[in-house]
Amino acid sequence: MDNKRQPMLVRLWRDPVWRAIFFQVLLILAVVAMVGWVVNNTLSNLEQRGISTGFDFLSQSAGFGIIQTLVEYDESHSFGRTFLVGLLNTLLVSFLGVIFATVLGFLMGVARLSSNWMLSKLASVYIEIFRNIPLLLQIFFWYFAVLGILPSPRQSFSLFDAIFLNVRGISLPWPILDSGMVMVAWTLLACCVAVLVLIFFNKQHRKNTGRPVPYIKAIMVSIVVLIPMMTGFLADARLQWEIPALRGFNFSGGLVVLPELAALWFALTIYTAAFIAEVVRSGIESVNKGQKEAAAALGLKPRRVLSLVVIPQAMRVIIPPLTNQYLNLIKNSSLATAIGYPDLVSVFAGTTLNQTGQAVEVIAMTMAVYLTISLTVSVLMNLYNRWVSLVER
Amino acid sequence: MKSAMEQKMIPAREPPVNSRGVLGWMREHLFATPFQSLITLTIAYGLYLILPPFWQWAVMDATWTGENRSACNVEGACWAFVTARLDQFIYGFYPESETWRVNLFFAQLALVLGWLMIPAIPGKKLALGLGLLVLPVTSWLVLSGGFFGLPVVETHQWGGLMVTLVLALYGMLASLPIGVLLALGRRSSMPVIRTFCTAYIELWRGVPLITVLFMASVMLPLFVPEEIVFDKLVRAMIGIVMFQSAYMAEVVRGGLQAIPRGQAEACQSLGMGYWQSMLLVVLPQAVRLVIPGIVNTFIALFKDTSLVLVIGLFDLLSIVQAGLNDPEWLGSAVEGYLFAGFVFWLFCFGMSKYSQRLEKN
Repeated sequence: MDNKRQPMLVRLWRDPVWRAIFFQVLLILAVVAMVGWVVNNTLSNLEQRGISTGFDFLSQSAGFGIIQTLVEYDESHSFGRTFLVGLLNTLLVSFLGVIFATVLGFLMGVARLSSNWMLSKLASVYIEIFRNIPLLLQIFFWYFAVLGILPSPRQSFSLFDAIFLNVRGISLPWPILDSGMVMVAWTLLACCVAVLVLIFFNKQHRKNTGRPVPYIKAIMVSIVVLIPMMTGFLADARLQWEIPALRGFNFSGGLVVLPELAALWFALTIYTAAFIAEVVRSGIESVNKGQKEAAAALGLKPRRVLSLVVIPQAMRVIIPPLTNQYLNLIKNSSLATAIGYPDLVSVFAGTTLNQTGQAVEVIAMTMAVYLTISLTVSVLMNLYNRWVSLVER
Repeated sequence: MKSAMEQKMIPAREPPVNSRGVLGWMREHLFATPFQSLITLTIAYGLYLILPPFWQWAVMDATWTGENRSACNVEGACWAFVTARLDQFIYGFYPESETWRVNLFFAQLALVLGWLMIPAIPGKKLALGLGLLVLPVTSWLVLSGGFFGLPVVETHQWGGLMVTLVLALYGMLASLPIGVLLALGRRSSMPVIRTFCTAYIELWRGVPLITVLFMASVMLPLFVPEEIVFDKLVRAMIGIVMFQSAYMAEVVRGGLQAIPRGQAEACQSLGMGYWQSMLLVVLPQAVRLVIPGIVNTFIALFKDTSLVLVIGLFDLLSIVQAGLNDPEWLGSAVEGYLFAGFVFWLFCFGMSKYSQRLEKN
């Protein structure tokens, strides 16, 4: 009643619905004005500097070389191709980093909880040292202080005369695949798929009958081992190794891991593993002691207590922060640019940007790549969380 | 007659000999099983191979002072590289006669942080106010000068540990309030504001800091009219704040979610408005809950400041890196990185121990 006497505007202001609409319209106007101002400034600045806009540059010839390319590339390829090369290099180092960081991180996380005092102290010293030193510094350390002072190719360290370590990188033997080996590889892949199907079938069978399919393990092993071996025998496959050899001033042949890749890979692995170890430790610690005791009381052997009771429950806690660490690793791989490993940021947001000057397009594309990866993973993560979340009353 | 029950007291058994004292401890924690013993011995042997030679190199054979690399013992560490350039590592290219101003900045920082972090000292609110409002202003004035006869020191002369601390401090102070606003916005019931805040947070959390710094250094000058020229350091700071505030928002949101809805409802029934209830009741509780999380993001920020190297600023790491290219000191990489790593580690480890202690209480 009191409200009726107030002027219209005051009444609207005191109404939460209208006030909410007012603030939201205000925000939209502010954002639109801001974006308009920025776009306007950018266009006039670009015009003044004579920088063209748009994505035409992607088809222009790049004219610079890249030291590591997973797809065919040379100076005559386009800037669009440099984007692809950089993206693949980012994915390569991220993939390697994720695999090795997971292994090392799980080992260290379990070691941290070991009853062996020496082992658990060693793991905690490792975690506390590498977690608290900037990643960039660790990359520099590996690149300049460790790999940078290795001897020249002629004085390489060698292992069994097949693996060579020198300032130009690590040279490893690499298999040469003849047609038979290619066939074996495809057969192996097909067998792995078959085993996956079998695992699924076994699970269903177990759910229905409470028992596994008889001899399931023996069947799976023989599928994966025997069939590819027979294929190899029938196709007369021979495995040959291309061994790196010193020719002139450098090694040729085999697989060369560039020092840039090695340094980045080591640093990412060691840094991220320290975080993963903490994730794993807290995951395992989160499983109630009573769970283990109850499982033991039911007569499960220690190994089965671990695999059937502790790990499945720990994984529920471990996986979300673990995924976060993987995302961090992928984003951190962009530090490659500081040592010149040709990843997406270094090749595209670095060299390509400098050559074309089209900062807006280049940075937007680079950010979009990382954003796509992050958002995809977080959507998958939400699905996973919904899937594993405890069903409560 | 034989009873099911024992008639006399059974004498107490001796404790197992091997579970007491040093030997018992070692038996339990180092040599429980043959496999455990193997692990213990392997690690001990590994440490024996690494630690004594390292001690010999880093301390016994080390050279502590000197003018250039040739003054150093070849067998040992060349700490002369660090001692000779220590001033540069701390103050960058700050004029030597003015370094007292940087020391004053360090002292202010230590004072306020000590006040905030040591529980025994009263007056935390005053300290917080000083830290959030006064410290940034006085620090900037003291460092850049230009008043009371203090000569102006341009930011391109700043460097070393001081820039690391300046970036971390201002990144933190600015991202805290922005992060709180974003967190509130993300939990708001107004769809436009919620969408905007969520988009902002997810955008910056989804991209690497290095691209944000590139953006701030390359694109920011394009975004504003030509008359406005940002300093390189300020550009880096803007990038860091945009990035950091997204992470801060998520930490604060965690705290907000932990506060029961009843708190805000009680405020409403007392007739408090939104901002009153948030500022006086909900946020103080939420922020107190997430102090460990805030410290952890600060540690991450502190480490991340080293990335400004890629846009040509000289923080602690990049000034050490630049020193390594000095022909006088070629080959001192290990010493340089160990020193820089140790300084970073000291700060980060100290803060993480502090946050762990907070979590326990």
